[in-house]
Amino acid sequence: MSVDTAPRPVAQPSRGATPSGRAPRSGMVGSNNGGHWWLYLVLVVALVAVIAPFVWMVLGSFKSEGELRQVPPTWWPQTASLDNYTQLFSRLNFGQFFFNSTAVAVVVTVGNLVFCSMLGYALAMLDFKGKKAIFVAVMGTLMIPGVVTFVPLFVLVANAGLVDTLPGLFLPFLVSPFGVFLMRQFILGLPKDLLDAGRVDGAGELTIFARIIMPLCGPALATLGILTFLGSWNNFLWPLVVAQSEDKYTLPVALALYATGQNSTNYGLLLAGSTVVILPILVIFLIFQRRFIEGIATTGLK
Amino acid sequence: MTAQTVSRSPGRRSGGREGRAAWILAIPFCLLFLAFTAWPVVQSMFMSFTDTKARDLRSPFSVNIIGLDNYTKALSDPVFRKAAANTAYFVLVGVPLTLVLALAAAIALDKGITRFRSVFRLGFYTPVITSIVAVAVVWRFLLQDPGGLINTVLGWVGIDGPNWLGDPNWSMPALIMMASWRNFGTAMIIFLAGLQAVPAELHEAAAIDGAGAWRRFRHVTMPLLRPTLLFVMVTTSIGYLQVFEEPFVMTKGGPLDSTITVSYNTFQQFGFGNYGLASAMSYLIFVVIAIVTALQFRLLRERT
Repeated sequence: MSVDTAPRPVAQPSRGATPSGRAPRSGMVGSNNGGHWWLYLVLVVALVAVIAPFVWMVLGSFKSEGELRQVPPTWWPQTASLDNYTQLFSRLNFGQFFFNSTAVAVVVTVGNLVFCSMLGYALAMLDFKGKKAIFVAVMGTLMIPGVVTFVPLFVLVANAGLVDTLPGLFLPFLVSPFGVFLMRQFILGLPKDLLDAGRVDGAGELTIFARIIMPLCGPALATLGILTFLGSWNNFLWPLVVAQSEDKYTLPVALALYATGQNSTNYGLLLAGSTVVILPILVIFLIFQRRFIEGIATTGLK
Repeated sequence: MTAQTVSRSPGRRSGGREGRAAWILAIPFCLLFLAFTAWPVVQSMFMSFTDTKARDLRSPFSVNIIGLDNYTKALSDPVFRKAAANTAYFVLVGVPLTLVLALAAAIALDKGITRFRSVFRLGFYTPVITSIVAVAVVWRFLLQDPGGLINTVLGWVGIDGPNWLGDPNWSMPALIMMASWRNFGTAMIIFLAGLQAVPAELHEAAAIDGAGAWRRFRHVTMPLLRPTLLFVMVTTSIGYLQVFEEPFVMTKGGPLDSTITVSYNTFQQFGFGNYGLASAMSYLIFVVIAIVTALQFRLLRERT
């Protein structure tokens, strides 16, 4: 999309990361020490409202079935136990689903990092025939909604005999126009002298890419990697349609089918399953939150 | 294709080498892109003019070209019309609600407070990263009537909450509430980046000139935030016009088709094996997205 958003704010360091490094703004008159107390109150109430469902989910996963059915609902577990979790991994095949989700997400992420940075570099730094055509074609599809490609993509995968296989789950997502865009924009910001320096030293073109440019792309690769992993982990509709036997389910598919299936009345298992789906992403998010936030803000620069 | 570039521009230092390397780097992406994005886009267009059904998968040449029949069929189908109306409801209420929540949160975090900023930012963003399926499990509990957390809280202040997911009048508001909760974090982050680009000096100058907080927001912040606002509005609208997951996991389009959306209806037709019809519906969504996007551009650009 060609929204030529005028300011490019993301190049600056993320503000949350260095809250004390900046001089406090005096924009809001009379708020020079910490802001208005009532604003904190409003924000805390809002935060509680936003986070409450997750807290309730995690607490609920330790509750017994009887307690979950109580009216009015309880907040803190009366008797906490890990029963729901042990059942999830013994009676249901959640270990396998967890593996499938992880495998698909890792392959998709690696594919995007490798292929998108390759093309992104070529588009940003190299001169070649067909460059413009590729750029226009790839960027043009950024605006096309996923629902448009869904049916023919399924037909394609079905004809290739990939329905109900792990490759069927990851192949269509190995590259993304967004990834190319992100990498190209980042590499455009690197000095072009790097290429000449490499050439003078006698390095081959591919060596320059792999040894000189890639090591400098850490921040962009991290952003792309995290966003891709997140998207793949949470992807729902495609695996729901393509994974048909239980040993190919990803976590969201398993949880969705379980939630609407015969056993849907077992609330404790559902909440424990939800926690298992959310927890890995939450941990990754907490570790890499700065990159997450920068990545999202970057999408605003399209 | 690499051969063409070798002979090109002899005067240019290592031009051929560069072109060859560029194509080696571009080929893997291009092949995957052609197979899994470009080709499906073209094929989907073709399919929308044919009577392709699931059983034609093995014999792609047995399909008939039927012109615009799929499009007229979709547009005259009462269920599709209901879906279009529901989608419009979802977008017209959901987009402003999401944007207002996001903007309020962004402004509060940007100007109002100086401590714990990243804690709030993190918390508000958490719903965005969570799987819709897990969110659905939890929200179905929250929305239960009686006994759900939401109606319990409403009960404390004397409000008798509705049967959210069982009442056709309240099912869509419930989904909008959930979608706004889930999505405002993304918009908030982008607004924050936009607000960061507004120079503090302008605010100070306006304050010295005696402008109050509201007037400074209206006449200093908003004009500078317009490109960001446009971007967030366009992307949120594009996302909401395709709303699928919320009704799929929460209501299956019910009760009484009150939450059936165009994307959901498209998926149903795909499930019935009506691939041609489903493709036509997906292109209708695309057309509406393109129109809405163009409209928003005009609207927000002209006032600049």
